[in-house]
Amino acid sequence: MRGLSGEAAAYAAFLKELSAFLRAFLRGRLARVPDEVEDLVQETLLAVHNQRHTYDASQPLTAWVHAIARYKMIDFLRRRAGREAMNDPLEDDSDFLGASDEEAREAKRDMATLLARLPDRHRLPIQLVKIEGLSVAEAAKRTGMSESAVKVGIHRGLKALAAFIRG
Amino acid sequence: METDKLIAMLASNAEPVAPGALRRRYAAAVAGGGIGALLLMVAFYGVRPDLRQAAGDPMFWVKLGLPLALFAAALVAATRLARPGMRLGWSAEALLVPVGVIWMLAAVALVSAAPGERLPLVLGSTWASCPFNIAFLSLPAFAAAFWTMKGLAPTRPVLAGAFSGLLAGTVGAAAYSLHCPEMAPPFLGTWYVLGMALPAVAGAAVGPRLLRW
Repeated sequence: MRGLSGEAAAYAAFLKELSAFLRAFLRGRLARVPDEVEDLVQETLLAVHNQRHTYDASQPLTAWVHAIARYKMIDFLRRRAGREAMNDPLEDDSDFLGASDEEAREAKRDMATLLARLPDRHRLPIQLVKIEGLSVAEAAKRTGMSESAVKVGIHRGLKALAAFIRG
Repeated sequence: METDKLIAMLASNAEPVAPGALRRRYAAAVAGGGIGALLLMVAFYGVRPDLRQAAGDPMFWVKLGLPLALFAAALVAATRLARPGMRLGWSAEALLVPVGVIWMLAAVALVSAAPGERLPLVLGSTWASCPFNIAFLSLPAFAAAFWTMKGLAPTRPVLAGAFSGLLAGTVGAAAYSLHCPEMAPPFLGTWYVLGMALPAVAGAAVGPRLLRW
C-alpha cells in the first residue's frame, strides 16, 4: 500500500476511506452509545497510524485493519466495563468493508486538548511538523532540537497520545 | 479536533515505515536476551568445565538443539501474533516436533534401561534446580521479548504473552545447556521442557496486563 510507504496524499486518502469504514462498523456495533463512536474512530485511526509498522505487505490489508478495529472496540468495551456492553455480540461482520459512513459526528474527547498535555519535547515537534507542516529540518532549527530528536518526539508523542486515551 | 483534521495531522510528513522494522526489533531483542542469559549463566553457574569433551557427544547437541528448535517456532509465532489479522498457522504445531523427538528418545532410553535405573535417568542429579535455573536465565529475554511485543500490535494478548515467554524460555534453556551436566533424554524431556514452560505460563498470565496498546 503506497500510503504506508510515505506518500502523504495517498495515505490521507486511505485514512479518510478507513474512517468511513470504521464509522459504519462501530455505529452498527455501538448502537447504544452513539456518542462514543467518533471518539473510537479517532482512537482507531491513531492506532492504525502508530502501529503501521506491523502491517506485512504479504497479508490482506482488510484483515489487518479489521483486527485492529475489533481489538480497539473490545478494549473500549472493557474500559467501559459495562456488563451490558460486554454482552454485545462481537462476531465478524462480512459487510465491514462494504459499508461506509462519511458523516462524522462531533467527537466528545478533544484530541487538541490531549495534545496540549504532552511535554514540549513531544508537543512542539508534532505542532510544527504534523500540524503546521514544517519539514523536520526546519522544526529542528526552530526548536534547537536535533533532527532525530524531532522525529523521535513525533513518534513518542503520538504514542503518548494513544496512551492518554486508554487512560 | 475533528476527524478530518486528525487525518490531515497523521498524514502530513508521515515517516515511511522502514522495511523489515519488525525483524530488526526481534533481532535486537534476541541478541540482548541471549547475551543477558549467557552473562547470567557465567556469573551464577559457570560454563561446564568439560565442555570440550561434552561437545563430542551427540547428546550435547540434542540438548542444545531442543531449545533452539523451539526457539525458531516461538519466534515465528511471536512475529505473527505481533501483527493484527495474521494467523498463527503451523508455528504452534511446530512446537510439537522437537518435544516429540525428545520424548521419543526419552522413551527409548527408559525402555532399554534396567527398572532400577529409570528414575535416576529422569531425575539426574539436578532436577530440583534445573527448571528454576532455566527460568532465571530467561529473565533478560523475557523483558526484551515483552518490550518488543509491547511496541507492536498483539490483538491476542494471552497468546502473545505465552509465546513471548516461551521465546525467552528457549533462550534461557539454550544458555543453561552450556552449564548443565545432565545428558539423559528423560531428564531433558522433563525438566528442560518444564523450565521453558514456566516463562511461557508466566507470559500468558501477565500478557493481558502488559501488552495493551
